[in-house]
Amino acid sequence: MSESRRTWQDVILPWSTFVSMLAAIVMVFLLAPSERDQGIVQRIFYFHVNLAWMAFGGFALVAGTSIWFLRTGSRRADRLAHANAEVGMLFTTLVLVTGPIWARPIWGVWWTWDPRLTMTVVLWAIYAAYLMLRRLGGEDDTILRYAAVLGIVGSLDIPLLILAVRLWRGVHPAVMLSDDPDAGLKDPLMGWTLLVSGIALALLFTWLVSLRARLLAVDETVAAMHLEGARS
Amino acid sequence: MWTIVRKDLAIELRTGEMASSMFLLALLIIIVFAFTLEPERLIAPEFLAGLSWTTLLVAGTLALNRSFVLEREAGGLTALALAPIDRGSIYLGKAIGNFLLLLIAGLVLLPLIAILLGTRGLSPTWLLPVVVVLGVLGIAAIGTLCAAMASRTRAREVLLPILMFPLLAPLLIAATRTTAGALVGESASDLQSWLLMLGGFDIVFATAGWLSFDFLLDE
Amino acid sequence: MKGLYYLAAAYTAVWIAIFAYVMSIGRRARKLERELEEMRK
Repeated sequence: MSESRRTWQDVILPWSTFVSMLAAIVMVFLLAPSERDQGIVQRIFYFHVNLAWMAFGGFALVAGTSIWFLRTGSRRADRLAHANAEVGMLFTTLVLVTGPIWARPIWGVWWTWDPRLTMTVVLWAIYAAYLMLRRLGGEDDTILRYAAVLGIVGSLDIPLLILAVRLWRGVHPAVMLSDDPDAGLKDPLMGWTLLVSGIALALLFTWLVSLRARLLAVDETVAAMHLEGARS
Repeated sequence: MWTIVRKDLAIELRTGEMASSMFLLALLIIIVFAFTLEPERLIAPEFLAGLSWTTLLVAGTLALNRSFVLEREAGGLTALALAPIDRGSIYLGKAIGNFLLLLIAGLVLLPLIAILLGTRGLSPTWLLPVVVVLGVLGIAAIGTLCAAMASRTRAREVLLPILMFPLLAPLLIAATRTTAGALVGESASDLQSWLLMLGGFDIVFATAGWLSFDFLLDE
Repeated sequence: MKGLYYLAAAYTAVWIAIFAYVMSIGRRARKLERELEEMRK
């Protein structure tokens, strides 16, 4: 690995993640004003919304790296696709966990089938499908290509999903959307908090992906050495 | 491509085992629904639509599972891949075979459900078979692609639904909503956006499947 | 103040999940490093 990439991964990325996270926490818990109607619980929104953005964006990254892999056969692209899928799945799960926790005190229910929640569940299932294919695919190298195809097809599916769900449930459902930004964000400080949290989570996403991808690389090296050993 | 279709159909016509098991499974699912849910509730068009598509999907998974397994076990897939035909045609051949199978299943299923669960208050339109065709096309397109992927792995029967169902979510939403509409006599203009979406889905995924088969069959 | 419990629950879940993931990566990495050492001997 090149020197500059090592510096980026080992020093810049973790530290900037840490610092931005710290800033985000301070803003979310201390600096941002409480929302009038929802009170203190509303602060979940700062992470929840950004987690959702990352979750969906994460799949776009899976698709992008998959295309890169199919075109060039770069193993690094494949590792990045895998890592992005795992971290994306993690973030999607967190969206589905923080969402109901926020919804319960505000709406009185843990769950509804409104467009955004439905979309997120299916996104979760698509991530799961991708990761399952990789896990059950065994040691075979051709599975990598299958997974890449799935990554691309899945990302084509998501816009169609959004369309279908919107058409089905209506864009403005009766129950207030969990990330409806208009009612609450009166104070510009809230907007800044959202932004800072977004940056922190984006850096976190990137850092986690780099960690996971590096682990995958070591994994491959060890597996290759096993193969060498078996042959000699 | 047509050779593949003919071959698969010939196998099916000779043994008829796929069609009969699918039919039986579908029938049993409907019966289970009839036992576990109030019959009065079952007549609502939305419910009939949902039930039909669920049953079709589950029974169809059976057929899709088998569409590559036979080849893989007999080594036929390698032979196909080495043959000088366009890989995409393999996909299309398989997909069309699956499509026809599912279509027949669907066309048998719908009247069956109507008979078993009652059709009071329903006025089905010509749109109904159209929806069935469009929906089944989508299931065949995605299902064939996923079956090819899953057949390579250890737990192929479990993996196929895991891969297929999330991807089919938009299709199922559209198909069910349109079927419900077609059952109560909604016009084509009412259901226009849904029909367009179904068509769009079919085109996108059939194309994706056709294009990606080049990457999939490299043994 | 019931809201505080929900707020705490949400953010705790987030931290636990992230920590667990990072630690599981760390654990697997250490295991592989050890394997690598063994093989190099």
